[in-house]
Amino acid sequence: MLQGHIIVLVAFAYLGVLFGIAYYADKRADAGRSIIDNPYIYALSLAVYATAWTFYGSVGRAASDGIGFLPIYLGPTLMIALWWLVMRKIIRISKNNRITSLADFIASRYGKSALLGGLVTVIAVIGILPYISLQLKAIANSYAILLQYPEITMPASAGTAPLGADTAFWIALILATFTIVFGTRHLDAAEHHEGMVAAIAFESLVKLLAFLAVGLFVTYGMYDGVADIFAQARSNPQLSKLLTPLEGVAGGYASWVWLTILSMLAIMFLPRQFQVAVIENKDERHLNKAIWLFPLYMLAINIFVLPIAFGGNLRFPDGNVDADTFVLTLPMAAKQEELALLVFIGGLSAATGMVIVETIALSTMVCNDLVMPVLLRLKGLRLAERRDLTALLLGIRRGAIVLMLMLGYLYFRLAGEAYALVSIGLVSFAAVAQFAPALLGGIFWKGGTRYGAFSGLIAGFTVWGYTLLLPALVRSGWLPAELLEHGPYGIELLKPQQLFGLSGLDQITHAMIWSMIANVGAYAAVSLFGTRDPQEARQASVFVDAYLQGDTPGAPFWRGTASASELHRLLTRFIGADSADSAFREFARNRGLAWPDSKDSALQADANLVYFVEMQLAGAIGAASAHIMVASAVKEEALSIEEVREMLDEASQVIVYSHRLEQKSRELERATEELRGANVRLKELDSLKDDFVATVSHELRTPLTAIRTFSQILRDNPDLEPAERARQLGIVIKESERLTRLINQILDISKLESANVEWNPGPVDMKEIVEDTVSAMSELFKGKNIELYKRVPENVPLVTADLDRIVQVMLNLLSNAEKFCHPRRGKVEIALSEMRGFLRVDVRDNGTGISYADRELIFERFRSAGDSPAGSPHGTGLGLHICRRIVERLAGRIWVESGVPGETCISFTLPLAS
Amino acid sequence: MPQSEAKGQRLIALFVLGCLLFNYPVLSLFNVPAEALGVPVLYAYIFAAWALLVALMAFAAESRR
Repeated sequence: MLQGHIIVLVAFAYLGVLFGIAYYADKRADAGRSIIDNPYIYALSLAVYATAWTFYGSVGRAASDGIGFLPIYLGPTLMIALWWLVMRKIIRISKNNRITSLADFIASRYGKSALLGGLVTVIAVIGILPYISLQLKAIANSYAILLQYPEITMPASAGTAPLGADTAFWIALILATFTIVFGTRHLDAAEHHEGMVAAIAFESLVKLLAFLAVGLFVTYGMYDGVADIFAQARSNPQLSKLLTPLEGVAGGYASWVWLTILSMLAIMFLPRQFQVAVIENKDERHLNKAIWLFPLYMLAINIFVLPIAFGGNLRFPDGNVDADTFVLTLPMAAKQEELALLVFIGGLSAATGMVIVETIALSTMVCNDLVMPVLLRLKGLRLAERRDLTALLLGIRRGAIVLMLMLGYLYFRLAGEAYALVSIGLVSFAAVAQFAPALLGGIFWKGGTRYGAFSGLIAGFTVWGYTLLLPALVRSGWLPAELLEHGPYGIELLKPQQLFGLSGLDQITHAMIWSMIANVGAYAAVSLFGTRDPQEARQASVFVDAYLQGDTPGAPFWRGTASASELHRLLTRFIGADSADSAFREFARNRGLAWPDSKDSALQADANLVYFVEMQLAGAIGAASAHIMVASAVKEEALSIEEVREMLDEASQVIVYSHRLEQKSRELERATEELRGANVRLKELDSLKDDFVATVSHELRTPLTAIRTFSQILRDNPDLEPAERARQLGIVIKESERLTRLINQILDISKLESANVEWNPGPVDMKEIVEDTVSAMSELFKGKNIELYKRVPENVPLVTADLDRIVQVMLNLLSNAEKFCHPRRGKVEIALSEMRGFLRVDVRDNGTGISYADRELIFERFRSAGDSPAGSPHGTGLGLHICRRIVERLAGRIWVESGVPGETCISFTLPLAS
Repeated sequence: MPQSEAKGQRLIALFVLGCLLFNYPVLSLFNVPAEALGVPVLYAYIFAAWALLVALMAFAAESRR
């Protein structure tokens, strides 16, 4: 006989141990040596997923459905494989933005919307309440059954005992007290509950060990191993059909798939899971271990579910014992007092773990996202002027915890008996699954808007309420049963459990299909066709691009003015003077500044400080409330569309400017390059000029020297032979002529080179010019006995040229030919021919010829064929140079053709007159 | 971070594998009245596949390559 007081004593001792662990962990955390900064503790704390529902309810469901309970654990196993992708991002975002809860996360994503945060909180509280009451029911029932030991009797239906004698009521009160002590002893700006996490991890170990112990005992103590249990089950006609249960019994594959999806979402979006996985996470690298340890935990805690279920069915064949209690009643039937007590403690640990974390998470949401935003907006309360709000915040949270547990108890008393454990849990799962579109869409899709999220949540939650909550109320007798059978107002299409005629599915699958269609549809449609404000757009990119932002995102868009001391006062009111002081000092230290001890009210806060304070506040009261508070303290110039556009304009203008600058600098470079080139050419020209002057001087000096020498001889020798005198005077005259010619040609060159020479290009008859120049030179040629041939066609087209210049060229070439042709049998030939728009003129002589190497050289100044620059006795070395300049100026070409040795042909072309 | 990317992709592949293993039609192959070591094949299969998946996930998540 187990005495009631022994059970109670053991239970309190267990809670005492829990508290000791929590106290120790908190002390360690205060000392900066966290024990929960550890991947194993993290993975164990995730196992808060396994509640009393797992501990007792899995066996209950397996006893009637076979493996129908497994999707609830297979779903999380699958989902956690995606955590590296999804959860890591959520954790990163939450750390960057100091997110305090699920509601805070969604509100923050959609522009720190207080309305959205409130809605999420309401849905979470309504959805989770049945789940909390389920834990109360499990503890109360297991206590009542254990109290009857060794008799096995099912407890009377709940809610019949008077309040003071109802264990469930006392359990609710004790749990409330315990949770308050655990979770709200002090206000942590980061919303960490290290003690709680350590205790939860310990509870996970206890419930796993208890379940494994009872599993081993039933399988190997009461039966002869797993094979024995299944062999006995096969021989039982009722149980044998559970061995291949996927058709019919468990609701078929559709039910299987939807249960998997549902639990995949639940592992992410149950408030308690979000709390331990995201808010309490110390290091995202802990995911590495959690990704496989947590599924392993679930595998371990489920491995004996089927043996216990079948063992229970075999042991209690007449159905007097509720399958939900097999875990406890089997050891009792085998008279195992200690094991039964251990099972009770295991169930207690599963239930308390869930209740503690869930109510702490919900109370944070209620306080930060429901109550505070309302209180802060109520001007009459003058809350914004209160000096210290930490006590108020803690009070609200404590109140929320008590309220939640009392509501859970109320639900237990009023409706708790209508459902098996598993069904109640699944209703809650379906409620929190409604957060999935807004949250997952929010972190991967920038296009999701506040109104989209709002519409999706409302639509999904409404359908959930209609298809799951309403039937529950009907069964509890609160609403007429007609509603389920014939639909509201007799409209069959609207029957809550066969909406629009969809039938043949179990209740959860049916509700999930319709609520997800409504939720995702509304979210996507309203987001796609609606608009959003700049604040939302900013938050969208903060969330979606979380990995791009590094650890400390800045405050890029804030514009406004605030005094630092004002912000300090604000922070003090919410998190206390000490915390605020140290936060500010930390802020200053990180930036290498000194936080002035005398609060200088004139000190202006920059955008970073304002952002920092908002983040600190967000850690205490949630993003939406923090935003309101900071906005009240600073004169923030609201960020309107126009301003965003202006900023974008500014940015694009800067881009334009920089483009122009680049262009300018490129132009400058090009100009510099040109200048450099010009400078080089100038230098070249300069040295050319020097060379020219030197050469000219040299050329002039040669004839001058000759003239002077011979003049001196003539002067000093008056009695010279007349013949000799005549010869010497002849030389003087000839040198003078050469001097004249040289000077004329130099003048010609300088005329040609200077730009202001007058050119009179016009149609010129080349045939006529040839005639004229030949006749002008004919005396000279005759005197030297040179034969002159002309090969001129009948009709020669006119060319475009300057008449005087072309005459000059012809005379130059003819006199060259005269000078260089054969001294005795001289022969000069002039030929005209037409070629491709040009008239070609050849002047050929039978002189010494020109070497190939000299072909270009002879057109340069003071150069003649085969000699030094000093020039030959015959010429000045300028004639051909002048010819080239003239011809090229007239768009023609001049060159040497020296085909046969001993023959020189200089040719030039001139363009035909059009 | 190529290493973290590779890890993410391996885990996604395991997710897809898990979806295949625990779904119609693979599941229906084992939904027959036969047994392995005294355990109905369906149960044996699910727990074996589960264990395999956990092992693969451990390898993928902890692998440093």
